[in-house]
Amino acid sequence: MAEQNPTGAPAAPSGPRVPTVIADDVHIVYRVYGGNTGRGSATAALNRLVRRKPGAGVREVHAVKGVSFTAYRGEAIGLIGSNGSGKSTLLKAIAGLLPAERGKVYTDGQPSLLGVNAAMMNDLTGEKNVMLGGLAMGMSREQIRERYQGIVDFSGINEKGDFITLPMRTYSSGMAARLRFSIAAAKDHDVLMIDEALATGDRSFQKRSEARIRELRKEAGTVFLVSHNNRSIRDTCDRVLWLEHGQLLMDGPTEEVVRAYEKETAR
Amino acid sequence: MSTVSETTHDSAVAMSAPPSPDDGLPAAELARKYGLAVSGARPPLGEYTRQLWARRHFILAFSRAKLTAQYSKAKLGQVWQVATPLLNATVYFLIFGLLMQQSKGMGIRTYIPFLVTGIFVFTFTQSSAMAGVRAISGNLGLVRALHFPRAALPISFALQQLQQLLYSMVVLFLFLLGFGHTPALSWLLIVPVLVLQFCFNTGLALILARAGSKTPDLAQLLPFVTRTWMYASGVMYSLVDALEKAKAPGWVVDVLSANPAAVYIDLMRWSLIENHSRIHLPPHVWSLALGWALVFGIGGFVYFWKAEEQYGRG
Repeated sequence: MAEQNPTGAPAAPSGPRVPTVIADDVHIVYRVYGGNTGRGSATAALNRLVRRKPGAGVREVHAVKGVSFTAYRGEAIGLIGSNGSGKSTLLKAIAGLLPAERGKVYTDGQPSLLGVNAAMMNDLTGEKNVMLGGLAMGMSREQIRERYQGIVDFSGINEKGDFITLPMRTYSSGMAARLRFSIAAAKDHDVLMIDEALATGDRSFQKRSEARIRELRKEAGTVFLVSHNNRSIRDTCDRVLWLEHGQLLMDGPTEEVVRAYEKETAR
Repeated sequence: MSTVSETTHDSAVAMSAPPSPDDGLPAAELARKYGLAVSGARPPLGEYTRQLWARRHFILAFSRAKLTAQYSKAKLGQVWQVATPLLNATVYFLIFGLLMQQSKGMGIRTYIPFLVTGIFVFTFTQSSAMAGVRAISGNLGLVRALHFPRAALPISFALQQLQQLLYSMVVLFLFLLGFGHTPALSWLLIVPVLVLQFCFNTGLALILARAGSKTPDLAQLLPFVTRTWMYASGVMYSLVDALEKAKAPGWVVDVLSANPAAVYIDLMRWSLIENHSRIHLPPHVWSLALGWALVFGIGGFVYFWKAEEQYGRG
């Protein structure tokens, strides 16, 4: 079952294959404070500190263990695996947001994670959040003004009334997710990484965002997609990496890997 | 039969992976061949500064957003920007001015502006330090989601405190006028003082941001440090008078009145309050103010940049 596919990715549309992302034996270790087992009292914590137990108060989580692959221009790569298998962590390492403990990630240009939500503030209006999110992604003010209407229209926030001038805390979770995706997708990316973004929103919005991802893929290099929805992986990706316990279990054409994954999870 | 399947199999492999001279090339060489760079590497200082400058609109927008988000749920909304420092100053006036009649030999007309200036100016440094220590550790979500020079965060927080102080200055002017101080040309001197103090605060925030990202415990410790610092800087009394009364040795007086908080507080009082014969300016006070700003501003920036690629690790 755990066969590796040595041939790697299916063919890029045409021409010579140009690598955009190379992961070379990447290891990622999280350090978690206060995650220690044992009694949680102050005296117990002091006791550990005084006795100089190794790593007092710190626990290490080895989230990604030696993953290597090469991604090429024009590919859309899906990442699948059970919860906690290290998919999101691997994406963050590719984006250079989480430093790798060992190994290296080489990239062409700046990979961006579709994660603009972190810069947005619930107490501000949708309008201001479009500005703030765009600036946080590195767009200029002129670019944002130019694309503002496009972002609002794409999100469909104003279909039910003038919601864009209300604070984001008044949005439903679906509306907020749509606005986030719209802002993030407004920028042109060299390497784009999407983490579960397609799971949100209603059916018509999902269709629109899938179309937008195909567009982004045409304009720019490589798209990575993390999802638990095998259908959306099948619709958008032509190569799939299957991670389990932080290790690369399988790497190959979508149909092959997803079928193996489904067989494993159906048990 | 077997030959047929073998040929189809071979052709499928050939189609999916055309023979390439790159096969078997080690990752590092392959990366070099196509000009790929290591993801998340720290740019050189000049390039880093340029990137930071390119993000100036984000820094400003982020600080403003934080400031407005603070009061967005209140009915009075942004009125609280001014109302909060006004109430603060009023409480000090009631307690120290009316209740305790404690004017430290200055007369109430000088003492209340003296006190309010000290508190506002010190709060500016104190809250920049507090915001700085949590700038990275409290925004890990942002750091792990988006790319930007991380120095943008502590600088943005220091900028937010500066804008907060500007609202407080409005209140301070009201108090000065209310206690019968007439506007003078020397009031303009607060502009260079504020610029220098802002540089110092930003540097301090940058240093604490790096320290706080490694050791989040600092956020617990810092309030005690700043409170000690406040008493050592003469926020509520004239530092020199108090030390002389306690018969402190001369060098203690010199060292304490050369500390950055005391320097900026003294300069601000000296610029704003007329009849301040009781306000002693230490020697070389402007050079001290400039020196602290440069040492902390530049030193803090370089110190922060040196760990740029490490922020975001848990």
